[in-house]
Amino acid sequence: MKKLIKGFYLFLIILFLYLPIFTLMVFSFNGSKSMSVWTGFSTMWYKEMATDPMIVEAIWNTFTIAVAAGVIATVVGTLACIGISVMSKRSESLIMGFNNIPLLNADIVTGIALMMSFLVFGITLSWGTVLLSHVTFCLPYVILSVMPKFKQLTITNYEAALDLGATPLYAFWKVVLPELRPGIISGFLLAFTMSVDDFVVTHFTRGAGINTISTLIYSQAKVGIRPTLFALSTVIFVMVLVVLGVSNFISQRSEDEE
Amino acid sequence: MTFRKLLAAPFIFWIIAGTVIPLGVIGFYGFTTRDRNFTFENITAIFTAEHAQALLLALLLAAISTLICFVLAFPLSLILRSSGLGQKGFMVFIFILPMWMNFLLRTMAWQVILEKGGLINAIITSMGFEPLELINTSGAIVLGMVYDFLPFMVLPIYNTLMKIDDNIIEAAYDLGATHKRVIWNILLPLSIPGIASGVTMVFVPALTTFVISNMLGGGKINLIGNIIEQEFTTSANWNLGSGLSLIMMIFIVGSMMLLSKLDKEGEGNFI
Repeated sequence: MKKLIKGFYLFLIILFLYLPIFTLMVFSFNGSKSMSVWTGFSTMWYKEMATDPMIVEAIWNTFTIAVAAGVIATVVGTLACIGISVMSKRSESLIMGFNNIPLLNADIVTGIALMMSFLVFGITLSWGTVLLSHVTFCLPYVILSVMPKFKQLTITNYEAALDLGATPLYAFWKVVLPELRPGIISGFLLAFTMSVDDFVVTHFTRGAGINTISTLIYSQAKVGIRPTLFALSTVIFVMVLVVLGVSNFISQRSEDEE
Repeated sequence: MTFRKLLAAPFIFWIIAGTVIPLGVIGFYGFTTRDRNFTFENITAIFTAEHAQALLLALLLAAISTLICFVLAFPLSLILRSSGLGQKGFMVFIFILPMWMNFLLRTMAWQVILEKGGLINAIITSMGFEPLELINTSGAIVLGMVYDFLPFMVLPIYNTLMKIDDNIIEAAYDLGATHKRVIWNILLPLSIPGIASGVTMVFVPALTTFVISNMLGGGKINLIGNIIEQEFTTSANWNLGSGLSLIMMIFIVGSMMLLSKLDKEGEGNFI
């Protein structure tokens, strides 16, 4: 009996979490614009989505910004961890304190603060300002993923490589980097997803006419949502499933190797 | 050694340019007039009826959503722990998967469902009842907040619960504690770091949101986030917007300080 109640509770929460998403999925295959009446199966909204230049451009912007922000944040963040690891305890905790600000701050404050700063210093809002802003809030996630790996690093391996005649760069590449790799990968994935998921910071720092998936949804929600967005959410949901599945598989495999 | 320290230079530059200077700019605009004279007016503007109402409503709705999230998430985490379902990462995965879905899409889903001609009203009218006014209400906004932020409550609570040593719980049962008492006197106090983390992770975004209130409140219900957003987009009064954000930040910093007191070890941390 008790088990039944527990199971039922889990079931209710799952229903609450997934029913809205599945409603969108179902109506993305609807034959009409209606969001409440089923008028027959059709893939017309998927075709319309694929040919709508606004949606295609928004998808393109979302992913190019996320990849670029992820790569820049990962490189800058990993280099920073090397530098921070040889600093004194005091400067380390100072830097980590500042690192936490964008992480803890409200999105809206980060967004307006960046927007005002760009404009005050005479930088016109564009695709580039969105990218710079995304790197800003992605960096803390990279630092927090890579830094713990630095703490676990067996520094003697690196020293042994130097003793055996490796140059510092070669030793870093062959000895240190492989040990950091899991942290770097998870840092990049976090940065990437944070960037894809962001709306608020993009909303304030984008130039005129620049849309990501999030800002497109927001502007359509005001004037009326078309089922093409249902098709889009179905595609995104399936993609999230695939990406998470693959990254789960990779981390499982690297654990097995260890 | 100094060369290695230099590798942190781009990052430090980025912190200064992307975090320190922008916060300074907010501070500057918050305390000046349009003609760049010093003033407290943008700060005291919070006491005008419209702004105070928006702040109080935001605090109220954020508090209600946080409470609902906790009431839903704590039993859920307990069940995941006790049933051993938690060990199979899959079950936990199910509860945090929606977190990875674009949150505007999730909010949009509710907008579509709650709308006048939406699914729920279609079902209600087909049964012969009058359609309900579901969207554009405070209730719809709370629903959206709970739906969007629930995983942020589940994950930290679940993480701290899973770290609790089974032996402690068995000892309690051996000493004659009832099931209720174990939850109340052992599991709940030991999961406080996770609860504190979950509460901040839900309360801060709920307090500062303007998206959920705009999409599910139909632009008729203004939270403090909406007021600030409008100052930067439609009314273009940066000074007032900055002043009001400074007020809002007091509440953010307050909940952060509370969190760091309750979760000293960072146990409930996300990453």
